Amino acid sequence: MQTDSISLARPDMQPVPNSRSTGLDLRPMKPRSTFVLSCLFFGFAFLYIPILTMIAWSFNDSRLMSVWTGFSFRWYAALWENEQVIDALLLSLRIAFVSATFATVLGTLAALAMTRMGRFRGRTAFSGMLAAPLVMPEVITGLSLLMLFVSLQVLIGWPAGRGADTIAIAHITFGMAYVAVVVQSRLAAMDRSLEEAAMDLGGRPMAVTLDITLPLIAPAMLSGWLLAFTLSLDDLVIASFVSGPESSTLPMVIYSKVKLGITPDINALAAIIVGIVGTGVAIAGWLMVRTARRQAPARR
Amino acid sequence: MNEGGREQTARPWEDPQAQPFIRIENLRKEFDGFPAVDGVSLEIYQGELFAILGGSGCGKSTLLRLLAGFETPTAGRIFIDGADMAGLPPYERPTNMMFQSYAVFPHYSVAENVAYGLKKEGLDKAEVNARVEELLELVQLGDFARRKPRQLSGGQQQRVALARALVKRPKVLLLDEPLAALDKNLRERTQFELMNIQDRLGITFIVVTHDQDEAMTLASRIAVMEAGKFLQTGTPSEVYEYPNCRFVADFFGTINLFRGHPETCAPGRVRCEETGTMILVDPDAGHDEAAGGLTVAVRPEKIRLSREPSTQDGHTVMHGKVEDLAYYGNYSVYRIRTDSGKLIQVSSQNAGRSAELTLEWEDQVYLSWPRECSVVLTR
Repeated sequence: MQTDSISLARPDMQPVPNSRSTGLDLRPMKPRSTFVLSCLFFGFAFLYIPILTMIAWSFNDSRLMSVWTGFSFRWYAALWENEQVIDALLLSLRIAFVSATFATVLGTLAALAMTRMGRFRGRTAFSGMLAAPLVMPEVITGLSLLMLFVSLQVLIGWPAGRGADTIAIAHITFGMAYVAVVVQSRLAAMDRSLEEAAMDLGGRPMAVTLDITLPLIAPAMLSGWLLAFTLSLDDLVIASFVSGPESSTLPMVIYSKVKLGITPDINALAAIIVGIVGTGVAIAGWLMVRTARRQAPARR
Repeated sequence: MNEGGREQTARPWEDPQAQPFIRIENLRKEFDGFPAVDGVSLEIYQGELFAILGGSGCGKSTLLRLLAGFETPTAGRIFIDGADMAGLPPYERPTNMMFQSYAVFPHYSVAENVAYGLKKEGLDKAEVNARVEELLELVQLGDFARRKPRQLSGGQQQRVALARALVKRPKVLLLDEPLAALDKNLRERTQFELMNIQDRLGITFIVVTHDQDEAMTLASRIAVMEAGKFLQTGTPSEVYEYPNCRFVADFFGTINLFRGHPETCAPGRVRCEETGTMILVDPDAGHDEAAGGLTVAVRPEKIRLSREPSTQDGHTVMHGKVEDLAYYGNYSVYRIRTDSGKLIQVSSQNAGRSAELTLEWEDQVYLSWPRECSVVLTR
């Protein structure tokens, strides 16, 4: 069992049933160098073989990871029976939803402030600080939040212990940074004179923001929301720091299960998560591309 | 819309009784200590189509934005119809602006774009609809009311922007490079449409442009702007025929410039540095004040070409040979190299079917122009 799970992480030792379905079209439209093609192939293989292998094994009928005994959905069904996993999934979804929503509101406000306040002292520093959580090591973010929550509890009695609330707050902090970056880039690309025109036509600043700015950045806000949602769903490190005994998110449950020995239903679960996250990211990207195309200068 | 505008004299700026509609006093705007608009004063009368002309970065757009209220002046004041604009935000000013990018709201339909300003005024639906329809008819977009801006061509978007800015019946319409984004044919048509609409509504238009042809054909008066200052303000023919400095002379079309010094003993005569010959100018032109020499400017179309030297009184005469010629159909352009080596551009109307004077390359010719066509520039 243990050796199986190790060999899972090393796809080179496994038969590779799916090496051809990596989305790579090997029929060249025009002559390309074999070097470039093999770079492409190995690059994508490196990225996706582990995940695809795992998804493939989630359909394995056998409990053992080393023998393929047939195609089956039994681990997906088994997953459904596993209350611990289902509870964790629901908790994760709830936290992701709440934190993504708050992160979108706060991140949008931050982006509006950064792009619309004009130049002020220390603007560059602020905009760097807004993006810093993106590159901050999660261990440090998690630890600092944990210390903050603990000292707040000592000082003002809130938050009373750690649980879903503290995880959500922690996720808001980094989700907000992602939303701010996405929305900020949309705002920067937006024609400023649209807002000026609205103001010129009698719109007061608040009305202009509601009538013009928000509708135009809504797609960016939505993709920021999706990004924050998937990131929250993914997070293990920060959540481990700030969670309480009663609140284990899905990644935490999976991680603890793997430590005890992997069962194939975890493969099924992971396959589902890959599906959700992949869809979320794809929709976010599609929204961004579509609005960029729509709001590009019109045909002249 | 505005009956008062029509009853005024055609040239209110010459009428001492006329009250200016827009008064700009010593307006100044600095960005980080650098003046973009540097002490501009201006009076514009009701119903004028006033053009502010200048190259990029001369401060003309900043001036327009100061009028619209998007920028706050560092010093100076703006009055529109007697009211001080100081401290008034854009949404409380009696001005509307047509932006260079048109700034048509992409998520609204054409009708919704035009209706926006009226809705913000709180007018009831029926009146909003009636006025939107009226304006869309005016700009010939009646059939496009339900379209989204991205389904429109550039020219149609421009007309949406115009209708949107006019629908609120502003006292002043500000136009930032209204025709710059249009192609040449559309531009000429739109130019006349703009003038027609302005004439019908009697609204005062202030147009900012870098295109001197556009300013010349559109405007009742033009202010030429450079480095934040007005160099000259006048009617199109004034700034063309009587430029007051080299910059303005050069800005409008081509002009021949001769550097020279006035003859102290003979008023009305300027010795040209480059050709060594004498140029006759108006003796009252006040050229004595230029210590470091002056410039005589002559438009190419004022110069006459002939095989024999002109004997007419008061004509400046020079001799040269044809270095280059170009036939444009209705007129021809010649580049004449004088004996001293200076190149002079001459254009002549091809009034008859075959020109009375047929010139070829290398032909020897005399140039002449009357004294009143020599413009003396001291700046």
